[in-house]
Amino acid sequence: AARLSGGENRLVSLPLSRIRVIMKSSPEVSSINQDALFLTAKATELFVQYLATYSYKHGRGKEKNALTYSDLSHTAEECETFQFLTDILPKKILASKYLKMLEKEKQDGEVGEGDEDEEEEDE
Amino acid sequence: LPDGVNISKEARSAISRAASVFVLYATSCANNFAMKGKRKTLNAGDVLSAMEEMEFQRFVAPLKESLEVYRREQRGKKEARKDKDKKTDSEEQDKSREEENEDEDERMEEEEQNDEEEVDN
Repeated sequence: AARLSGGENRLVSLPLSRIRVIMKSSPEVSSINQDALFLTAKATELFVQYLATYSYKHGRGKEKNALTYSDLSHTAEECETFQFLTDILPKKILASKYLKMLEKEKQDGEVGEGDEDEEEEDE
Repeated sequence: LPDGVNISKEARSAISRAASVFVLYATSCANNFAMKGKRKTLNAGDVLSAMEEMEFQRFVAPLKESLEVYRREQRGKKEARKDKDKKTDSEEQDKSREEENEDEDERMEEEEQNDEEEVDN
């Protein structure tokens, strides 16, 4: 990703070119004012900080002085502001539990199609 | 985060994905405001309105401050000039936010003609 020289590196740490690519991938967007690009990058930075600190404060990882995936996933589920993240931060379950769920669904006559095959459960 | 806090790889990658989703969500939201204003170009005001819409009002004030600094730097590059006086001005502007909004709207219309999408100077 191209880095901007001088001021931008101090003002925002995320690469503007990458942000621009993501913004342009949105179908109805035709063009983006440079200020809007900067603000989106800066807002994303603030968002990341907010998500991380909120998850850390409210999460169990704090007990081990760590920020875990589970903390983030809980935040997405429990805090309304972050609810738009629930699809990409799903809760994880043990494989054994998942298999049991599948068996139960088959018994109920449904075929369950799972999105994930996570084996670990974070503490 | 406080010093010494470990962030798992999974958490890092999750945050990265969350950031991408945030950009998409914010862009889509900002674009709605642009379309309401019958504009094809997303501008700074659209992004700020999107933040409020998404319930991230807490970002609005720091974003406005950063924007001022950014605009100054952009102008500074073009004119090769340093403006230390304007820093104290921006602190006063924060108190009169409504006036600032009107100013920004006017400025943004001007800037739309100048600054389209190109980021690379």
